[in-house]
Amino acid sequence: MSTGIGARVRRKEDRRFITGKGRYTDDIRNDNQAYAAFVRSPHAHAAVKGIDKAAAEAMEGVIAVLDGHQLTGDGIGNIITGWAITSRDGSPMNIGAWSALATDRVRYVGDAVAVVIAESPALARTAAEAVAVDYEPLAAVAQPVAALASGAPQVHDNVPGNLVFDWEIGDEARADAGLAAAAHVTEVEISNNRLAPNAIEPRSAIAIHDEAEDHYTLYTTSQNPHVARLVLSAFYNVAPEHKLRVIAPDVGGGFGSKIYIYPEEITCLWAAMKTGRSVKWTAERSEAFMTDAHGRDHVTRARMGFDKNGRITAFKVDTIANLGAYVSLFATATPTYLYGTLLSGQYDIPAIYGTVKAVNTNTVPVDAYRGAGRPEATYLIERTMDIAAREMGMDPAELRRINFIKAFPYQTQVLLNYDSGDFPALLDMAQKAADTAGFAQRKAEAAARGKLRGIGYSTFIEACGLAPSAAAGSLGAGVGLWESAEVRVNPVGTVEVLTGCHSHGQSHETTFAQLVSDRFGIPIENISIVHGDTDKVQFGMGTYGSRSGPVGMSAVMRALDKVEAKVRKIVAHQLEASEDDIEIVAGEARVAGTDRKMAWHEIGLAAYTAHNLPADMEPGLKEGAFFDPVNFSFPSGCFICEVEVDPETGVTEIVRFVSADDFGTIINPMVVEGQVHGGVTQGIGQALLEQVVYDESGQLLTGSYMDYCMPRADDVPSYAIAHGCTPSPNNPLGIKGCGEAGAIGAPPAVINAIADAIGTDDISMPATPQKVWEALHRARPAVAAE
Amino acid sequence: MDMSGEYRLDLPRAQVWEALNDPDVLRACIPGCEELEQTSDTTMTAVVVQKIGPVKARFSGEVELVNIEAPSGYTIQGEGKGGVAGFAKGAADVRLVEDGDGTLLSYEARAQIGGKLAQLGSRLINSTAKKLANAFFENFRTHLSGRAGKSDA
Repeated sequence: MSTGIGARVRRKEDRRFITGKGRYTDDIRNDNQAYAAFVRSPHAHAAVKGIDKAAAEAMEGVIAVLDGHQLTGDGIGNIITGWAITSRDGSPMNIGAWSALATDRVRYVGDAVAVVIAESPALARTAAEAVAVDYEPLAAVAQPVAALASGAPQVHDNVPGNLVFDWEIGDEARADAGLAAAAHVTEVEISNNRLAPNAIEPRSAIAIHDEAEDHYTLYTTSQNPHVARLVLSAFYNVAPEHKLRVIAPDVGGGFGSKIYIYPEEITCLWAAMKTGRSVKWTAERSEAFMTDAHGRDHVTRARMGFDKNGRITAFKVDTIANLGAYVSLFATATPTYLYGTLLSGQYDIPAIYGTVKAVNTNTVPVDAYRGAGRPEATYLIERTMDIAAREMGMDPAELRRINFIKAFPYQTQVLLNYDSGDFPALLDMAQKAADTAGFAQRKAEAAARGKLRGIGYSTFIEACGLAPSAAAGSLGAGVGLWESAEVRVNPVGTVEVLTGCHSHGQSHETTFAQLVSDRFGIPIENISIVHGDTDKVQFGMGTYGSRSGPVGMSAVMRALDKVEAKVRKIVAHQLEASEDDIEIVAGEARVAGTDRKMAWHEIGLAAYTAHNLPADMEPGLKEGAFFDPVNFSFPSGCFICEVEVDPETGVTEIVRFVSADDFGTIINPMVVEGQVHGGVTQGIGQALLEQVVYDESGQLLTGSYMDYCMPRADDVPSYAIAHGCTPSPNNPLGIKGCGEAGAIGAPPAVINAIADAIGTDDISMPATPQKVWEALHRARPAVAAE
Repeated sequence: MDMSGEYRLDLPRAQVWEALNDPDVLRACIPGCEELEQTSDTTMTAVVVQKIGPVKARFSGEVELVNIEAPSGYTIQGEGKGGVAGFAKGAADVRLVEDGDGTLLSYEARAQIGGKLAQLGSRLINSTAKKLANAFFENFRTHLSGRAGKSDA
């Protein structure tokens, strides 16, 4: 069976995961292991008047109780944000200081003020309870709109009006003119519900300080260990980069929440130095709800204009984005360059203007979560399209079809240049798979059973493959977003691929190996993927934004090109043939048309024995490459969702869900389907079930799975998946990325289907049975009375 | 969270008022009260153990009587810190109105919770608070009727 590109290769990593042999951070123990527990604020906003550590320090087994004054006193730097945004008046953004341990003021429930290091996790937690913090509660604000109101409590003294920035994109005058000329204008007010990321493995860190070498090691649940090392060194002054090793071993899911360098990792490293002990911390699920960066939380008003034929004339958008109490690493990029730039969707929109006000509130920081900005843009556009179709009496699929971009490259009005796609083909494919022609009959049949059946579309585009470094830099990014790879062919012919990407559910150990197997025809068992360790891999930017395929694999391809070139030279030299005549097939290199050949292991051995190499050739067979994309990649798709709503109870059942995606080239269809299943399920979770709730005083009310509802197997249907393919012209594989599509495209498909079923757009996420029932009764008293 | 209630007690208003100001009576009637010490004419410190949903905590805090209008009512307010369980604070306006030879006691209470209590117990706090308020006034009534019995004897 082929193990090359396009093959359904079973995941190499599953053996250890399924048999419970995965090695996660919390599984690692050191001889001198001590444990950290954090003292966290129960108040959303309070002045810290004092911390009495005496009782905790006196407890047996307590090694140290450390606070924020000690941390800042030791020169540990404040936590940074990685992307500078300029407000529309030209002013820089306002950023409130964020210390890993709060000193004078706490700004959200869960903000850490001290850490206890003790001999066991239980002792540490008990001692943390004994730390008496004298809080003076202050007025708090949790909702983004309320935070902008005059007289609202101020989260940071140096962020007037809680406004971090007021950003714009597009051409306002042109958008106004387009709206003025429109035959119909659809106005929407839309909230994008706040989500908790819920990786199955909670965050964890182990910090070790080697006093002999003054060297630090950090094991941590990171999606990007090199970025963590860079930031910990350059900004938090924990240690210089060459004295700090960051290892992200097996990591159980990230969804963005493990990109950031959190207070806990910084504190553990510092505490390891202070105590001379290996310091370990693993979040409890309650801590995860309180402290993992949340996602989404937008409030948007928008207007879309249409001419008499249904062609869009303009789109004007005003969004308020909740950033939480502090500005996290990617928090400023998410609601701007990952949101505003997507406002054209799949449509040829001649005028677009958007503003985004980013605000501080007394809630945990909000940052990128699977899709990051693009789900918010997609939900806005796709809901607006459906509402407009209903208002104008048009078929929502038809309205989309007449507005689709049909020629590429396409320059949008919001910076991006789409390189490829075939949106009508995806819509056709999805409609066929969903049997939309038979929908009316199914609806009638459902009505006979007393159910309301509805159908909803979502035709979406993403910008993935983060990102062209120069473009990112010109827009304010603090880093380049290339990727690196190294391919090592060992003397016996086995191959190690080192990548700066990180796999925490993405199946890199399988799919990256498929590239090598495909290139040289060697067995996939003979190929290892090395990642997640700054001492092994030279540098890399990690995994997020569906970048491992388009960027990470491209770097591997470039390194493979170099290896292949050297192999050809070696074989041509040894077999006394021309390089151009060498064919590499099935683990052998042969001279075309002859029986002269070298087996793969013979080539490796020849490279390392160096007994007979071309005169100017260095020994060995190891090549590295960096790949910096020239553009984003643009995966696109069409989702069609069919629901049945029970008017008696408001319960929505998703009865069909079709995904027709264009991910460009697919390396392993099984892995891609898994990504689609997971992404769509998360999108359905956002649409129907999930919402983080803070009360007005900033108390987190959804702090456990009793109150935060995740999708379960019986909440989702069996998915039908189809693939179109317009290869990306901007990377060697033509790959576009598939990790986020489901979460980006699914929510509007579900809500559009519910709106179609109940005959009203007066419905918001999460569309719980209560909300659906109430919307139905508001809109259709007659139905309700039946 | 707001709640209110009304109870009729078969005792003259002056006696009810006296009991409402007696730390021993309060200690006996507050559900889960382990300690209650008077620190001044209008302030007390208290330790109360409570379980709200999955969170059980020992709250230590201060209780203060304000808006005192003897013998027709006061506002009792307090704040308890429950360590990692979070905090609870609240106030109740208590009114006493003569009703024949008995007394009509009414209250309006406001409570707020924070920290783990809010995260895990927010759905349960209304019913729990209602239950606690009922328990307090039931205890209070029982306690007073015991007294009434004694004075009759």
